[in-house]
Amino acid sequence: MNSHDHILKSYDSELDRLYDEIKQMGELAMTQLDAAVDVLSRRDSNAAARVVANDDAIDALENTISMDVLKLLALRQPMARDLREVYAALRISSDIERIGDYASNVAKRSIVLNNSPALPATGRIARLAKTANALLSDALKAYADSDAQLAAKVRDADADLDAMYTSFFRELVTYMMEDPRTIGACTHLMFMAKNIERIGDHATNIAENTWFVVHGDMPEGERKKEDRTSE
Amino acid sequence: MANLHLSVPSSAAVESTTPAKLSARDLAFYYGDFKAIKELSLDVPENKVTALIGPSGCGKSTLLRVFNRIYSLYPKQRATGTVMLDGENIIDPNYPLNKLRSKVGMVFQKPVPFPMSIYDNISYGINHYEKLSKAEMDVRVEQALREGALWDEVKDKLKQSALGLSGGQQQRLCIARAVALKPEVILFDEPTSALDPIATGKIEQLITELKQQFSILIVTHNMQQAARVSDYTAFMYLGELVEHGATETIFTRPTKKQTEDYITGRFG
Repeated sequence: MNSHDHILKSYDSELDRLYDEIKQMGELAMTQLDAAVDVLSRRDSNAAARVVANDDAIDALENTISMDVLKLLALRQPMARDLREVYAALRISSDIERIGDYASNVAKRSIVLNNSPALPATGRIARLAKTANALLSDALKAYADSDAQLAAKVRDADADLDAMYTSFFRELVTYMMEDPRTIGACTHLMFMAKNIERIGDHATNIAENTWFVVHGDMPEGERKKEDRTSE
Repeated sequence: MANLHLSVPSSAAVESTTPAKLSARDLAFYYGDFKAIKELSLDVPENKVTALIGPSGCGKSTLLRVFNRIYSLYPKQRATGTVMLDGENIIDPNYPLNKLRSKVGMVFQKPVPFPMSIYDNISYGINHYEKLSKAEMDVRVEQALREGALWDEVKDKLKQSALGLSGGQQQRLCIARAVALKPEVILFDEPTSALDPIATGKIEQLITELKQQFSILIVTHNMQQAARVSDYTAFMYLGELVEHGATETIFTRPTKKQTEDYITGRFG
């Protein structure tokens, strides 16, 4: 939690509340991704449907944060770092909302996959998701602690997830060429993998916004990218 | 009019190529033994609005008082250093006060119209400096009242007492009175602190229009007002200039912690 020490204490509690809401939203998104991969591996369509439905809670939190930000802007007229914190909260909540959508998409596609025989390649999705969730966890920690160094590490580490995704993409293409009957299922896996790769991008956005809160500018240099699937 | 390009110390430099109209260098000010301003350097760029912010007692209003030498009316108050305006040091006792008053206008927190007609409030100052015919004076009074965004409201009652105007109208009359002398710099000392939001909005709009002709320095306790009307903002604390820069930078990412603490409401 970031420490606030305004003369007006109610202002402090409103800013702290934003951090709490982002934390809550982030934890929900991580749980959703874990749950999506779990229902995929267990081939449990009912549980998958519950994961899809749970996304509403993340969307509701995003709305709450939007209203809180609006109220803070209108009533407190934040300046300097306070302003950056409020602005970043709005952007980060939007990133987490998208992460929630991607987790939900993974669960939704798992229901379709349950109509065809299990593929060994499905296990790779769990590894991708674990890496994405670790990135997200670090990004949220960097945000909560205003840790710009950790944020910079997250930004660099996204390239590892990209590389894993690229490798998995090629593997799936090989499977499809070897056995065209798997094209349907492999295509779903490919979309799932892409969704998880995008989660890494959003975690990177969170990290960049954390850097912005701390330093007042965006980190220098291009993001490292290792997604070679379009080359 | 000669523009002043001085080699300035970094504390005074702002990221601007606009020439300075008023330049304070190593300016210190004393109320008797008390040093209210400590060796401060500040440029007021030409045709821009510079806002002075800082907690009560930090020296903002004192600085304005130095810039038009009101302090010289009081025996134990003195300033050291230089304040250059068009190549001349205006705090040099040899610089004529009359000339200074015509070049540097001031608008105070509380509007104080003279107890005379609206017309005479404007013509009174002009008469000190220029001998105009009635027709010429009429033109000057109308021009000043237009520049003060007051003409349309008072054109049919110019002979009525200025004391009958509302607070916001009185303040615009005081601004018109200041611009009537065609000064180069106008100093505003919390010009809207006694006004409602509508009157405040009119004064703020007026300030942004007046900067086309004048260089403006405004002291305000209202941070949003500084953000709305100024191009540059200077933050003062305990008689020192802590930070000075583009208003946008000061309010989004100030470089000094004291500035950050003040503008975010952490001073206590």
